[in-house]
Amino acid sequence: MPVEIRLPSILRVHADGKSTVEGNGSTVGEILEDMVNVYPGMDGQIVTADGSLHKFVNVYLNDDDIRYLSNLDTLVSDGDTISILPAVAGG
Amino acid sequence: MVMLVMTSDVYAEVVAYCLERLPEEACGMLAGPAAEQGMAYYGNEVCAFYPARNAAGSARLYTVDPLDHLRADRDVEMRGLVILGVVHSHTHTEPYPSPVDIDQAPDPKWHYVIVGLGRPLPTMRAYSIHAGQVIEKELLIGGLRHEHAQLII
Repeated sequence: MPVEIRLPSILRVHADGKSTVEGNGSTVGEILEDMVNVYPGMDGQIVTADGSLHKFVNVYLNDDDIRYLSNLDTLVSDGDTISILPAVAGG
Repeated sequence: MVMLVMTSDVYAEVVAYCLERLPEEACGMLAGPAAEQGMAYYGNEVCAFYPARNAAGSARLYTVDPLDHLRADRDVEMRGLVILGVVHSHTHTEPYPSPVDIDQAPDPKWHYVIVGLGRPLPTMRAYSIHAGQVIEKELLIGGLRHEHAQLII
């Protein structure tokens, strides 16, 4: 089941300039992994080597931050959209 | 020197929001058209400001509320614009990137705009931040150099 993934500008350079791509899988983690297999330049930029979400990245399933759902194990349904955004902070 | 162009409307909106949010630091996203040449997802002309809640709720730190960022990102896409950078205020210090700003800058091609509120007149500056290096950009507001525009807008 292909799911649309919206990319921030910093990742588009690894996806031939596309603002949205597709990934297959039944969970957010599987879909992101599928996307990274197609666009290996994103490897390590969203999910860390130990398999957790990078602390400076926010991932949404539709309007919900996946950290408040089941994180990378969050189940995805047909028609859902995943959005990846950088965490923006400073002082 | 790389240039950032901002409409006078956006400048006025940003400064008003920074003052309104005192004593906390204010923050928000900046958007505009993608550059016609080069990479299609960056540009140098800011025409829209998306104020965001400061999720850090602090006078010394800011975190753009992630949901406000998401909403801005969607609206920008619908309008055919792109996110060009982020703006935040320094409530008591000069408008120069702090060590935290430099350490946490998420995108080397974004514009990092800071509004200093420590002087009688708000002072806006723009920078690029890449690999710990800060470079100030020339800032044009409504066609005027920022130091002139700030006196009349």
